[in-house]
Formats: sequence, structure tokens, C-alpha cells
Amino acid sequence: MGHAVTTPILALSKVSKSFGPIEVLHGADIALHPGRVHALIGENGAGKSTMMKILTGYQPPSAGLVMLQGQPVSFADMGQAEAQGISLIHQEFNLADHLTVAENIFLGSELRRGWFLDKPAMRARSRDLLGRLRCDVDPDRLISDLSNSDKQMVEIAKALLRDTNVLIMDEPTAVLTRTETAVLLDQVRALRGHGTAVLFTSHKLDEVVAIADDLTIMRDGSVVWSGPANEMDEHQMAEAMVGREISTLYPPKDSMKGALALEVEGFHVPGFAEDIHFTLRKGEVLGIAGLIGSGRTETFEGLAGLRAAHGTVRINGDTVTIRHPWEALALGLAYLTEDRKTRGLLLTKGLRENLTLQSLHKFSNWVINTRAEDAALNHAVTEFDIRGSRSVDVGSLSGGNQQKLLFAKTMLSDPDILVIDEPTRGIDIGTKQQMYEFIRKLAAEGRAIVVISSEMQEVIGLSDRVLVMRQGRIAGELTGDSATEDAIVRLAMGVGQSAPLERTA
Amino acid sequence: MTIATLSSPKIKMSVIGPIVALVVLIIMGALMNPNFLSAGNISNVLSRSAFIGIIAVGMTFVITAGGLDLSVGSMAAFIAGLMILVMNTALPVMGIGIPIVLLGMAVALFAGLFAGMLNGVLITRLGMDAFIVTLGSMGIYRSLVTWLADGGTLSLDFSLRTFYQPVYYGGTLGVSWPIIVFALVVIGGELLMRSTAFGRHCAAIGSNDQVARYSSVRVARVRMLTYVMLGVLVGIATIMYVPRLGSASSATGLLWELEAIAAVIVGGTALKGGFGRVWGTVIGVLILTLIGNILNLTDLVSPYLNGAIQGAIIILAVVLQRGRKPGQ
Repeated sequence: MGHAVTTPILALSKVSKSFGPIEVLHGADIALHPGRVHALIGENGAGKSTMMKILTGYQPPSAGLVMLQGQPVSFADMGQAEAQGISLIHQEFNLADHLTVAENIFLGSELRRGWFLDKPAMRARSRDLLGRLRCDVDPDRLISDLSNSDKQMVEIAKALLRDTNVLIMDEPTAVLTRTETAVLLDQVRALRGHGTAVLFTSHKLDEVVAIADDLTIMRDGSVVWSGPANEMDEHQMAEAMVGREISTLYPPKDSMKGALALEVEGFHVPGFAEDIHFTLRKGEVLGIAGLIGSGRTETFEGLAGLRAAHGTVRINGDTVTIRHPWEALALGLAYLTEDRKTRGLLLTKGLRENLTLQSLHKFSNWVINTRAEDAALNHAVTEFDIRGSRSVDVGSLSGGNQQKLLFAKTMLSDPDILVIDEPTRGIDIGTKQQMYEFIRKLAAEGRAIVVISSEMQEVIGLSDRVLVMRQGRIAGELTGDSATEDAIVRLAMGVGQSAPLERTA
Repeated sequence: MTIATLSSPKIKMSVIGPIVALVVLIIMGALMNPNFLSAGNISNVLSRSAFIGIIAVGMTFVITAGGLDLSVGSMAAFIAGLMILVMNTALPVMGIGIPIVLLGMAVALFAGLFAGMLNGVLITRLGMDAFIVTLGSMGIYRSLVTWLADGGTLSLDFSLRTFYQPVYYGGTLGVSWPIIVFALVVIGGELLMRSTAFGRHCAAIGSNDQVARYSSVRVARVRMLTYVMLGVLVGIATIMYVPRLGSASSATGLLWELEAIAAVIVGGTALKGGFGRVWGTVIGVLILTLIGNILNLTDLVSPYLNGAIQGAIIILAVVLQRGRKPGQ
């Protein structure tokens, strides 16, 4: 069925949006059709979220029309859009952790029998809705016990309960593992089969290729390409988003390897990792792959003194004991968290306070020298290309700029050994490329670097050597051409031949 | 209030609000009673503010770092009792003189330090909730002072008291000692909060302690220090307080903790932490003291309604703070 024939269920026509004198969306068009999956891609700040907010009635357009079933409408608020069957699933889960699955699905529209809740009916309805999504989570389980993909399913079930015929998802796969993503994409296909119009954003172009029927690409507040998704390949999409040719995403691995910077032996993080051993040289980028839950993050949090751990750790040949993060920092080891919003940055504080928080001692001699802080901020903004107003709270910066600020903050403490957990989570391809260049540049300066990532391409493209973790242990080491996605998956899943591990002394 | 609502942006409201309220109170007081602005009354108001004020400066740091201390009132009573007991016991040996007063002051400072440290250790090292820990220590100190006084009142030896009295009633350059000490504590506190790494770390921890931890801030130590500092300031306040009445009983320092917390909040510090300002706390203390003073000087409203008006002011302050948050 040609999509041009059907009337779009929800569309924007020449929609602009201004905040004060600044126009952030310039006459954009988009059309969502029943039973089709529409992907919306673009760099951070390209205007995707603004477009989604207008589609869901969260914000009114400054000019242009929102069309529902071909008729112009104006939603006063999200509730009105929801009443018309339009649901938005935010990137961050909107679920109450201490309530059960069923309680969350029915939150705000509980079924009652007389004065009391009709729990059996809600449980049955929940099971039914989740069944439609082919998700067999027990409705009585607490949200806090669920995996991310199951939480995503609960969000979708919640939307289905409200008779959703347009489902809008903001980066639904950002926090999902590969397997979880596959499950989610299957459910999206099922929804499409039921005639739901689906719009989603993602920075993972392979997913777009895998599932999207229609595609809209945005850059700097305008739609730069729109049409059937199969007319574009990943490379063309990336170039359209960035607006220039992307020759190579990953910089060359040309740093000189120096002396051993870090040696780890028999390292245990109780409950998460056992018998971890590896070495890291100056000027080297060591990639850590493995499924979420394989103990990657916990191992390095243990190493950085953020978790209870024990084992032999040598830095530059000296045996050290690290029990607290500041002890790690004093030894030149810094850990850059994967969770920039709740562990990395103070979202309600400004750029300056955030930038210098980790190395405030460098700026204070009894009293903080704010002029020196401002100079450091100027320097960081230039060096790391942080865009956005200086006067705003960090929480209102885009994800990419937050990540760059977090990076700048960590680098201000001048670590010799840097562990970066998920360096590019939720950031666009242009910023990714910048991050990769920063990382390789730091290696070229002679720093020893560990990159933990769920994106295998990233681990392979960035690292000199890859360690794969599985169930809290190191499953194998891959170097050079042997580091392929296939080899990583085998080790991470524990299938096929396991590469014999030579213990490094 | 009309002036306050005229200033449209709500962000400024939280800054201007307390100042406007203070100015309005001063004008009201001046109109109602000509003695209000007399040097005697101003000195009286400021001296009375000093005890709560000194404690509230310390409380500002505790609250900014995401903590709370309910024990300060009982702590002050206990320290006062301990101080009187030690001084009375040492009197036959040391006689009346500056050394015995210095001994009493040292006892007060160390007792405050240890009491603050005890709260801090329980909260930071054992990871207990600040509310629960200080609720417990509040009961313990209150009971201890009642026990020390055997249910009655501990009185400082009369002649010793006369010798010690100038610390509260005396002064220099026409300003009484409590006011001078209060001013020094405020200046020091403001500098510490605004311009030092410690102040910045307090705000960071109160804002998000995980971020602070991942940023290599010594979270436990900073938190600990806020409680220790508060304890020492309670000791200082007690040193000023004891010469005023020369006695301590189970009613000493009653509800001081709530007055101190109220002053901090009225001054614009966020109760859930992450943002604090010492000068705001000073304004908060002055507002709360002035209300009582005005009610005493005029007969429009019964002074017995003092608590009700203070309560209304506290609630109003929090409402204004809330308005700041969702106003994007």
C-alpha cells in the first residue's frame, strides 16, 4: 500500500516554533500514517523534541497547523492529545518504582468496584495488554525489579490502555541492550500490524534501517529529507543529519604505547565481578565490551573506589589501595560515569560550578578564585565545543553538550588513567565523532584510557584492544583484526570457542 | 506583600521577598511605637536574635548539605547545664576570675564539638537518617539536662554570675558582645558559604550527593564538618546565653531547633538542600524576632499570637520557594 494514498492520522504542516526571538523550528512538515513506523532522526538540538512536543500537545506551535485525520486541531494540553489517542513515551521512564506493573498501567485511571479498587480486573487487563505486546511480565511485580526493556513494555502497555493510535517514542532504545532492543522492535512491528502509527527517534541508524517505513531527517530546526526509509542507507542518513561528509567516524589508532600504567590482578567486586585481571599501557585505549549486567560498570566503579572491592592494583608499578573516589583521583585515576544525569552533573547548577566540582582544590586557596574558574570554563567551552547559553542550568543543555561538559569536568582534574563509561550514550553522530577524536587525542598525549561501551562498533572502532566481560568475569581478549562484532558477541554470550586467556603478569 | 507581588519574575521573588518582608516589618514597627527604632530596642532585638542567629548560621550549612539537626535546642540546654556544673564545681579551687570563665567557655566549645561530632558520626558513618538521629539525640540531651538539674534548675553561683554577666550585658564601642559575636559568625559564615570549596561542596552534596561522590568530593567528611560546626556554634551561643540568666533547666533552649530551622527557610535556603545563603538566614532570624518584638510593643494583637504569626510567615516563605521551582 502506497503511503501517499491514505490520509495521515497526525501531521504537522509548515509548523514553526519560537521561544522569544529565537526560532527553533522553521516550517517543518511531517505526516504519520496508520500502520507505518516513522523514524525521526537528527543531531541533538536539531528540533526533534520540539516537533514531538508539538505533536503531543505539550507545546503549541508558533505558526503552522497540527492536523488530526486531515482536520486542523489545536491541543490545549497533553491531556487533550491523549484523549485523541496520541501517546508520548519519554526517554526517561515515567513509572513509579515502588508500585506494581498493574498499578502503574492503571495509574490515574484505576478500575473501581464501588468505593474500592478492582484489583483482579486490573491484573487481568494488564496481563491482556502485555500479552498483546508478547511480554510475559507478571502484573504483580514491582517496577523496580524489571529490566529496562520490560519497563519500556509497561510504558507501551500504559499507552495501549488509553486506546492509543499514535505512539510517539523518544529514543526508546537508548538504555536498552541489543537483545532488549530486538524485543522492542518486534513489539513495534506488532503494533504496526494492529494499525498503530508509530513515531520514534533514535541515534542508532541500524535500528532505523531495520524498522522504519518512513523517515524524516532534521538539521538545525528544518526538515532536510523526508520519504520512504528504504531510499537511504546508514551512511547517507548520517551525512544528511550532519550536513557534511563523514569520511571516517573513528580517528586512526596511531598513539604510541608506553609503559604499564595500570595492572589489575585477582580483583573482586563482591556480587558483581570476580577474578578480574588486565593491564593497560600509557597511550593505549582498552575497550570493555559485554552485555549490560555483565559487571563492566561495577568492576571499574570498584577500581575507582566507588564500590567495595579488593584485589591487587598497581599504578605505574606501585601497589595501591583505593577505597574512596578521592584516593583514586589523587593517584591520577578518574572514572567518568555512564549516568550523566544522576551521577555526573548537578542539573540545577550552572556550567561553572559543574566544571570545577571535581578539581575545586585547584581553584581555591582558602577562597575560590572565580576568575580562574571562568577562564577554565572559557577554555573548556572552546576546547570541547560546548554549545548553549552559559547562564542556564546544566539540566537544560542538550545531551551532547552535557556529555561534553562532563568530559571537560573530568579532564580538568588531569587524570593519567581515564575510565569512560558509555562515552556516547544518547548523543548524536556529529558529537560522537568529536568525542572519539577527544578520546584518541588523550591517548596520543600518553594517557591510559578504558572505554566501556554497549555499542560494539564503538568498542571496535576506538580501542587498541578489547576485553569482553560475561557474568562478572573476563571472558576473553581480542586484538587487532580478531576484534569483530561476531567474536565479541560469542564471548559476551558465552557461545562458541572461548579464546584461551593468557594471564598477563 | 503588595510590593512583593509587583516584582514579576519569581526567581527574584525569593531573593527580594525576605528583604521586603523585613523592611515592611520595620516600617510597621516604627509607625506603631516610636520607641521601636530607639537604640535600646534595636540593641535588645539584635541581642535576642544572637542566640538563634548563631545557631541558624550553622544550621544553614547542615540544611544546604541536605541534612537536618533537631537536637540543637536540647544540646544548648545540656551544654549550659554542663557548663554551670563544671564552673560551680571548680569555683572553690579556682576562685572567681577570668580563668574560671575561660574554663566554662572551653567546656561549652568542646561539649558542642563532641555533640556535633556524635550526630555527624551516626549520620555519615552509620548512614542513618539525619531526622531520626537528631530526634534521638534531642531527647537524650533534654533528658540529661533534666537529670543534671534533678528536675529543677541549675544555677550558676551568684557571685560568679555577676562576674560573668558582662559577656551578655557588656560590650565595646556601644555594641553588646552577643551582637559582635553574631556579626563575626555571620561574616565568617557568609564567606565560607559563598567563596570556599567547603561551601561549594555543601551545595553540591545537598543538590545531588551521588554526583558529589562521583566527582571525588569527600561527601562524608563535608557532611560531618557541617554537624561539627553547628555543634561548636551551639557552644558559642550557649557561652553568650548562660550569663544572661545564669541558670539552666529542662525548659532552656526549648524549640530553638525549630526557630533556627524556620529562620533558615524563611531566609530562602532550600529545605531539601542544594542551595543556601547565610545572609538570608540572618534576615530570617530578624524577621522572626521582630514579630515578637512588635507584638510586645503594640497592643493591636495579643503577644500570645506570636507563634501563630511566625508560623504563617514560615508557611508563606515555603510557598514562595515552591513557586520558584516549576516556574520555567
